[in-house]
Amino acid sequence: MEANQSVLVIGGGIAGMQASLDLASRGMKVYLVEKTPSIGGRMSQLDKTFPTMDCSMCILAPKMIECFRHPNITLLTYSEVQEVKGSAGNFRVKILKKPRFVDLEKCTGCGECAQHCPVEVPNEFDMGLGVRKAIYVPFPQAVPLKYTIDDENCIKCMLCQKMCKAGAIDYDQQPETIDLNVGAIVVATGFELFDARKRTEYGYGKYPNVLTSMEFERLLSASGPTGGHLLRLSDGKIPRRIAFIQCVGSRSLKGGVSYCSSACCVYATKEGILIREHNPECEVYIFYNDLKVFGKGFQEFVNRAKDEWGVKYVRALPGEVMEDPKTGELTIWYEDTTENVTKNMKADIVILCPALVPRTTDKELAGILGLELDEFGFMKSKDPLFAPVDTNLPGVYICGYCQGPKDIPESVAQASGAAARAAEIIVAAGKEAH
Amino acid sequence: MEQSEKETPRIGVFICHCGINIGGVVNVPEVVKYAKTLPDVVYAEDNLYTCSSDGLNKIKEGIDKYNLNRVIVASCTPRTHEPLFRATCEEAGINKYLFEMANIREHCSWAHMHEHERATEKAKDLVRMAVAKARLLQPQTEPEIDVTPSALVIGGGISGMTATLCLADQGFKVSLVEKEPELGGMLRNLHKLYPTMQDASESLGHFIKALKSNKSIAVFTSTVVKEVKGFIGNFKVTLQKGNAETENLDIGTIVVATGATTFEPIGMYGYGDHENVITQLQLERLLKEGKLKKPEKVVMIQCVGSREEKGRTYCSRVCCMTALKNAMFIRELYPETEVYLLYRDLQTYGQRYEHHHREAQEKGIRFIKYAQEKPPEVVASKNGKLEVKIYHALLGEQIKIESDLVVLSTPLIQQEDAKELSKMLKVPLGSDGFFFEAHVKLRPIEFATDGIYVCGTAHSPKDTAESVSQAFGVASRAAIPMALKRLRTEAITSIVNEDLCSGCRICEAVCEYGAIEMQEKEGKLTSKVLEALCKGCGTCGASCPTGAITMRHFTDNQLVAQVRAAPQVAKEAAKND
Repeated sequence: MEANQSVLVIGGGIAGMQASLDLASRGMKVYLVEKTPSIGGRMSQLDKTFPTMDCSMCILAPKMIECFRHPNITLLTYSEVQEVKGSAGNFRVKILKKPRFVDLEKCTGCGECAQHCPVEVPNEFDMGLGVRKAIYVPFPQAVPLKYTIDDENCIKCMLCQKMCKAGAIDYDQQPETIDLNVGAIVVATGFELFDARKRTEYGYGKYPNVLTSMEFERLLSASGPTGGHLLRLSDGKIPRRIAFIQCVGSRSLKGGVSYCSSACCVYATKEGILIREHNPECEVYIFYNDLKVFGKGFQEFVNRAKDEWGVKYVRALPGEVMEDPKTGELTIWYEDTTENVTKNMKADIVILCPALVPRTTDKELAGILGLELDEFGFMKSKDPLFAPVDTNLPGVYICGYCQGPKDIPESVAQASGAAARAAEIIVAAGKEAH
Repeated sequence: MEQSEKETPRIGVFICHCGINIGGVVNVPEVVKYAKTLPDVVYAEDNLYTCSSDGLNKIKEGIDKYNLNRVIVASCTPRTHEPLFRATCEEAGINKYLFEMANIREHCSWAHMHEHERATEKAKDLVRMAVAKARLLQPQTEPEIDVTPSALVIGGGISGMTATLCLADQGFKVSLVEKEPELGGMLRNLHKLYPTMQDASESLGHFIKALKSNKSIAVFTSTVVKEVKGFIGNFKVTLQKGNAETENLDIGTIVVATGATTFEPIGMYGYGDHENVITQLQLERLLKEGKLKKPEKVVMIQCVGSREEKGRTYCSRVCCMTALKNAMFIRELYPETEVYLLYRDLQTYGQRYEHHHREAQEKGIRFIKYAQEKPPEVVASKNGKLEVKIYHALLGEQIKIESDLVVLSTPLIQQEDAKELSKMLKVPLGSDGFFFEAHVKLRPIEFATDGIYVCGTAHSPKDTAESVSQAFGVASRAAIPMALKRLRTEAITSIVNEDLCSGCRICEAVCEYGAIEMQEKEGKLTSKVLEALCKGCGTCGASCPTGAITMRHFTDNQLVAQVRAAPQVAKEAAKND
């Protein structure tokens, strides 16, 4: 039998893209499956990245384009893995390609359809802070730059069909099943955010000026709902003081996860610097427990935030956030553990840094693949010390945040690691076949 | 197809509406009309989307019908779309370096979206400048080089061993070089490995066995790398064993896995003066060898020589978990022994390490947080013990701990000989002394110089699990060129005019890629470009005081013509005429 030279990569974030590019650039065939309409993942939602302050999209977009253009990579966006059978060297996979109701071949991405679509729904990409149409691209740099009709919200007014010069709208599109035969599988499904509503003491979901850090990331972004202007969405007020609360639902034994999400201390520091850059008159306070500065350049980054940007750090886990309903002003109650006294502080915006948790859909995917999860729901490594990207199944590898908390460079390096292990399987299968 | 220098340029200009992105602001038909008036432009048209398959066919048809030998697309950013248009030119038989792009979206319609007329004028300017350059474009070729399917891994610690095994399992030959007589690196000093608490010696044994039984792997111990010449795919490496023996290797890619050493805190907290003040690594060794005598009270101090205000500013990442681990081993060994851990911020990150923190609390280890401004003090007391004074923030007062063992957690630091290796490989070290990667975010385990990679603690402090993870990553990056067997290298490289070169060596010093070598010809020192290493960044050309260096595809003539066509310059020239 001909050895199978192809690999299935599940998840189109930075880890999945890196694994795909590594495999494709050495001549292997890659099917990159992404459940949303565009690849890019979490990194595409970020404004800037620490500690270099690179614009996230600017460094990500070339990689997205490279995935799109690579002759060895087939992008299967808006698609999900439905069934996996077989074993290392010969997996048989069924992919469900959800209907976009737009012909990918014909759509030029011109945006005429969305301009005329009368339906506005909250934009997932902007964490619900902005709106999109029922026919949409998730963000302007989406790859592929093709529109998708959100069937749930479409009112079938047919305006888009009338406006589309390319004749790309196809309301009759049906779900499609694609059968693949691959030698190895790489899982890189990323993470989601702990529901900050569960920490009722902070008022998220109740007080409009309490945001999550991911929402705030969109608020800072030039492509976000305010075009990058730092103001309160509730009343347009320019904030004079913004406070961050760390470990919302993480390092916690009550209503959250017990582990540390690893990225929050440093991304809050980054967001703090960005606030000071946007508006030097806005004060920034970061409430933390232990400042996690373990990564390369992190401590130096925090030093810069303190010394050059005037970001202030308070070691405390606030007990409660209260709102003045008239002004929307927030009061944070906390115990300053360095002085052992209860204090309070007023702020215009409070940003919660929620625990980063495994995707809820990972359970189902693990079931389809036959993968084991660890006690927190992350994809379980065969051996956390010496086989971090291996799983209980030969031929199936894991990388990025779905394997455990890590930052972007760690995800990128680990994605290459998963690619190396997948390549080993393909090479071994090739030798057997000869 | 060959385009000769004398061939008259026949330029085609394709101007994109980008749906409404450009067309909604810039008057595209007007720019097309204008383009047709420019010298050597024989054809111009507008497209709704030049990048759509329809648009690309239009380019091909234009090339065929009007016999075009230069193509300009005025649209969006070359960053995303130049490869596509270049490929289209190649498919139509035109060398891809005869393509030029003008960005009239980001630079015109997006930047000036409320000034339609001025945006249109600017689009004309950019098209005129592109035409001025395109008239002088020359075809270029991308040389191909062979890649030797054999890797060199420098450093036989856990990172180097992991990378070696994984590269070998992908079908490549690997030479693993270790300067010490034994493989293992830092692992040889360690007792148990967190978070699984596997025995370090036992694990090391498995690795050494696997390395020795693999026929694709050659292990060189007590050996150092003496010289590295050449470039990706074709490195010539000289190894030296002891004083005399040398070995020459042909190498395709190189992995730097030289690890780190630990800081010796002489003069800090009584280290060096009192024998009962030891480092965490010394404690680890005592535990490993079963030689730790029962202490009554142990005090561990974190961040000794790390996270400093000046100097060693970085966090060494592994010390908190190592201290937790060893504190728990002491309590297991001697349940009556009290263990205090004086820390600044506990680095118990990730899904597993916080669990050990809780476990340590349950096992009775006492945590006291101290602030950088109020560090602990260690003084010898009269009864031969050590008195540790620490300000306890929660109690709001200074407390004293009478201890008979003080353990200092000191950071991992770069090896002494790293500087030499960095010079030999022409790869940089960062301000923290560790090897500095090509891009902190997206190219974390490779250098800017092609074919050389880095992993493990040579890159920054990290624990065993994290080193292993990076080592697998490197095993992919370093395998890619070897799997391809042949590589196409950059066509846009610098060229040295040897007659003009004064041999001042400035270019050699500024080149970040180690692509310039000095050569002696007829008694004259001149610089030479190693084309396989050159990235065409132009730094050498810009810094050359005699104008001896030019860049292919960005020649002085081409750039001057383009600048002269710029609006202000053109206006000045018209005045002078």
